[in-house]
Amino acid sequence: MKRWIRDGDVVVGRLDRQEAAVVRGLVSQIQDMLLARAEDAPQDELAELTGIRTGPSEAPDDPILGRLLPDFHRLDDDAPDPDEVNSAAALRSLHEPELLDHKTAAAETVLKTCSPDGGELRLTIAEAEAWMASLNDVRLALGTALDVTEDMPDELPPEDPRSPHLGVYHWLTWVQDTLVEAMMP
Amino acid sequence: MTTPVEQERTQPEAVGEEIAAEDRPWQTVVWNDPVNLMSYVTYVFQKLFGFSRDHATKLMLDVHHKGKAIVTSGTKDKVEADVAKLHAAGLWATMQRAS
Repeated sequence: MKRWIRDGDVVVGRLDRQEAAVVRGLVSQIQDMLLARAEDAPQDELAELTGIRTGPSEAPDDPILGRLLPDFHRLDDDAPDPDEVNSAAALRSLHEPELLDHKTAAAETVLKTCSPDGGELRLTIAEAEAWMASLNDVRLALGTALDVTEDMPDELPPEDPRSPHLGVYHWLTWVQDTLVEAMMP
Repeated sequence: MTTPVEQERTQPEAVGEEIAAEDRPWQTVVWNDPVNLMSYVTYVFQKLFGFSRDHATKLMLDVHHKGKAIVTSGTKDKVEADVAKLHAAGLWATMQRAS
């Protein structure tokens, strides 16, 4: 991977075959998780009649999905305000379908533009924004799974089971950071 | 921490009287998390809210150092839409009544 560069309305990057496989594999996994969550949405006749979709009112149990689909209120872990609990449930139900659409579409853009063979990437601004959002989702998922902290070292002791994955996380951080740099107004 | 610009308005309540809950504006809060990049958070604030680079950077640093920042405020509908946009960008945002 070379750092991304902005060339007018095009954002140019390059991935080798192995890097493309890592990006595609992780983005597909996140997309699958999000699509599975979307399928869990309640089906009701009223929604079919009105076309107004409602999502689940409960936050996901899975911590990765929970991070990708946050509550609208900061609920106290021990003694949540009942009004806020109700409001958070209603807001989730209202907004989650659209949020899932947004995230799965961003993942789809990455999968569409990233050839399994790797090579040069020439992205429109909209595609580059989808890459940024999707890489961020992958990093949020990995960061949650690896229990990343702000003072996480560059490398963990080799006996730490998270050690091999941390390298991928740091590489994705670099890819996203240089993409942001290229896109910064 | 930056606070939203106070709108000038007449003050019918007696001094010391509490402002009714429904009159208090809503606030969009962005919380610190260990994954989101400082550069990306700044980019998102500029892109979603049209903030200058300086203002976006200041809010991002508030999030980073103080753990959170109030990035916008206003009606419930506006703040709800802002939180939804921040969620789409992957930031950890919530909404609350101004205290």
